[in-house]
Amino acid sequence: MEVPILKQGDFLIATVQAALTDADLLHFRTALIQQVVRCRSRGVIVDLTSLDVMDSFASRTLRDIAEMIRLRGAETVIVGIQPEVAFAMVQLGLKLENVTTALDLDEGLAHLGLKSTSGA
Amino acid sequence: MTRNVNNPAGVHTRTRDSGMTEQGRPGTVLLSELVSHLRQNRTQLREEWARRITEAQLLTAMTKDEIFAEATSVYDNYVEALETGTFEALQAYARNLSERIIPRGVETHEVVGIVLLLRDVLARSLFAKYQADFTKLNRILDAYEPAANRIANTVAVGFVQERERIIREQQEAIRELSTPVLQVRERLLILPIIGVIDPQRARQLTEQLLRGIRTNRAKVVVIDITGVAAMDATVANHLVQTVEASRLLGATVIVTGLSPEIAQTIVNIGVDLGKMNTVGDLQGGIEQAERLLGYKVVPAA
Repeated sequence: MEVPILKQGDFLIATVQAALTDADLLHFRTALIQQVVRCRSRGVIVDLTSLDVMDSFASRTLRDIAEMIRLRGAETVIVGIQPEVAFAMVQLGLKLENVTTALDLDEGLAHLGLKSTSGA
Repeated sequence: MTRNVNNPAGVHTRTRDSGMTEQGRPGTVLLSELVSHLRQNRTQLREEWARRITEAQLLTAMTKDEIFAEATSVYDNYVEALETGTFEALQAYARNLSERIIPRGVETHEVVGIVLLLRDVLARSLFAKYQADFTKLNRILDAYEPAANRIANTVAVGFVQERERIIREQQEAIRELSTPVLQVRERLLILPIIGVIDPQRARQLTEQLLRGIRTNRAKVVVIDITGVAAMDATVANHLVQTVEASRLLGATVIVTGLSPEIAQTIVNIGVDLGKMNTVGDLQGGIEQAERLLGYKVVPAA
């Protein structure tokens, strides 16, 4: 399952549409960082609206993605985590530490937009 | 039915609930005799029973007329259960009766008490009737006792089950009442918590809040726990999880109104307070929330 990555100006938007296998997650991580480099993006949004499960490997991979993108001088915002998924995650102790989160795509873009205009 | 000659009142097999012995017919005949005796003497036995209820100071929440009316229904249901050997009608009546008298403040010991009194009143009338024929008395009691005990049991259990049902309903109502999620500004939610939080309520609270964040697109939530007297480590953990889950939905949580005891509990469970945003009182919390959202509140003139 390939995760579609779309370009929106200085930003990339990746929409995860279904549960990803461990292999899919690693492939996604690689594809995303390559796109960040190719497009010289300043911000990335990972949209999890369609995801109804989250396991520890997915959670760790998302943290890795944010970390790698930060090393390229760009910011990652995870958006669209569903209430049930958020609840399950905290119960399992899967915290996305040091990862910015926002309610949805709109909020995520607003956050990145604000950050870029504030001169970051 | 076996009987030790040296102990005529003693060992005998329990008959089945219908009052029929293993041999069949003798039990049925006895039972019909028993039931017709109870029907014929219905008036005096009911009155005797009602008198004993008042004497024992039971059902004080009800008037004499009400007691007599209920006594009539119970009596008739009792005799019918004895006669038919089926208890469904009695169970239904017991539940119905309980539904009516529990709101009146009637307690379990009163209900059990009156049923046992009826059992005694009827037993005494059997002693009186068959005192000349001890053998027959024993056989009548063999038919009567198991059924009477089953009846007492059915009524008492029906009452208790009804009480438990009411308690469960009330608990559910309390839970629903006390966790409103309120929007006070665009993107700002307040969750005022009052009373005791048990793990189930904490979970319900979290689910309600997360749904509220998504529906109202909230960016800041103020959770006020001024009204919460005590919190154990489990519930404090739930609170911390609620804060973390809210963050995953992109909302910042400000917790206000922590009592000294609760503050102590949170420190003891080792929560990194750097991650939990807290302000002394609700007013301060709302003011900070407004700042975070970019509101500025100034006097009108």
